[in-house]
Amino acid sequence: MSAPLVYRYDIDGENFTSAGEASVKVKKSLRQLGLSQDIIRRVSIAMYEGEINMVIHANGGCATVSVYPEKIEIVLDDKGPGIPNIDLAMQEGFSTAPERIRSLGFGAGMGLPNMKANTDEMKIETTVGVGTKITMTVNVNR
Amino acid sequence: MEKATYNHSVTLREDKCKGCTNCLRRCPTEAIRIRGGHARIDASRCIDCGECIRVCTHKAKKAKYDLLSVLDPYTYKIALPAPSLYGQFNNLEDLDYLIDGLHRIGFDEVYEVSRAAEAVTAYTRRYLKKPGVKLPVISSACPAVSRLISLRYPGLCEHLLPIRSPMELAATAARKKALAEHPGLTSDQIGIAFISPCPAKISFVKNRPENDKTDVDVVLSMSEVYFALLGVMRQDIVPAHYSESGMLGVGWASTGGESTALFNEKYLAADGIENVIRVLDHLEDGSLSELEFIELNACNAGCTGGVLTVENPYIAGARLTNLRRTLPISRTMLRKEDGQDELFIPEEVCRPDPFTYEPAKALGDTFDEAMDKMARIERIYARLPDHDCGSCGSPTCRSFAEDVVKGEVTEDECIVNMRALIEDLAKRIDYRNFEKE
Repeated sequence: MSAPLVYRYDIDGENFTSAGEASVKVKKSLRQLGLSQDIIRRVSIAMYEGEINMVIHANGGCATVSVYPEKIEIVLDDKGPGIPNIDLAMQEGFSTAPERIRSLGFGAGMGLPNMKANTDEMKIETTVGVGTKITMTVNVNR
Repeated sequence: MEKATYNHSVTLREDKCKGCTNCLRRCPTEAIRIRGGHARIDASRCIDCGECIRVCTHKAKKAKYDLLSVLDPYTYKIALPAPSLYGQFNNLEDLDYLIDGLHRIGFDEVYEVSRAAEAVTAYTRRYLKKPGVKLPVISSACPAVSRLISLRYPGLCEHLLPIRSPMELAATAARKKALAEHPGLTSDQIGIAFISPCPAKISFVKNRPENDKTDVDVVLSMSEVYFALLGVMRQDIVPAHYSESGMLGVGWASTGGESTALFNEKYLAADGIENVIRVLDHLEDGSLSELEFIELNACNAGCTGGVLTVENPYIAGARLTNLRRTLPISRTMLRKEDGQDELFIPEEVCRPDPFTYEPAKALGDTFDEAMDKMARIERIYARLPDHDCGSCGSPTCRSFAEDVVKGEVTEDECIVNMRALIEDLAKRIDYRNFEKE
């Protein structure tokens, strides 16, 4: 098998309650593939945080999950405001989420750090005013 | 493998099944397929929630339970009424009349499950305070929910409360009491019957592993016992037998009862299997971490909503609220045991084995095989109409694609695609050829 399995999900920016749906779908597919619980947990946490971020900051976007024999790659692509200072954004507790979002219990400033902590590699490409693309990789050691 | 031999209470009467799609689409674990004109239940996926029994308009789905007559051979018969039984009766002002009624229909003793529920509550309070416990703790009292977690939520197994259910504690306590009070009796002369509101409890009792048998011998249907009681319950007499339940124990019949009894506000109580699944998805994502206790009931309104009950669950709930008003808070208190610390939980009230993840089979034996099959599923799924109409006998287009790859059905069984194909063929037939003949 050389071609990866690719799943694409549109993340609806209007709808807060549906955030996390893609993460649940990915989890189901990875389980059917017989991947270990640890891998599934890490992918699903990274996905979930990414989905929430795109809903809060970017009015939605697109998530692509590619399953290779040796790794799982998650690409989150949005046309949001971009991240002006990545170092600052990576700090735990730093958040630019508006008060409205915080009052819902989100925007604690743990999203990006949690994504990094649960993946083996994370790359952020961002242009202010254009959008953000985050590529995360979870290695599968068999 | 335990799963292959799992003996379900929920069963199908093939002669009555018309092969409609009512149950197919309601099954929360996608355990049902319609094949050969009849429903078929996949035992490895069924959690005995009873949703299919509820929606079957042809009465083809039913729960297997023991009849009252099964108790005949026992010398000493003990009834364990689930607290939901108390909400079934109109104009019942005092539980004593009901306890008395159970004696009148032939039981020698009644041990109320609500009494044991108060003990479980007391032990749960201790358990929540133990250092190192995985919070939030998820109630394990609803067997449909516990089974769902062990089949689908590996990360949550260790959050399940490892304390036995009120039914199990009641059975053990009842047997002990009977043996102590009647030294002439042997254990196998005692028949302990749980009066169940649901098929999930029946399956739970019938499928215990060797090292984890319950003291329950017989599981009766609440509706059968209800009709037996109707004829004998009398309010014009002074009852000879008395209830020993408190408010907290009786409260377990409805959603929120188990949680509120803990006197800990950091709880969530949800019911209805779809809501339960949504809460579990959130829990597995790690949200809801501010909570300490999660009570989940597969049936709407809680145990009063079980498919073996008689009364509407909300009416039953209102009656229970009324009955509880006249009861003391709790009648089962735990004392600090000698030589033990105050968080001590005796071994016999705990499950011998922790809850473990028993996943459904992966698509393939090797990862490559699974990847290959998954790629085929995706290709087939992309061709399907995504109507989830169920006419093919699988609950969703997605599950149909999986069934095709598993070799259970062929793709031409998709009626929507087939119809489009036939219409297309019809357009291409040149009718002039027929006219010539």
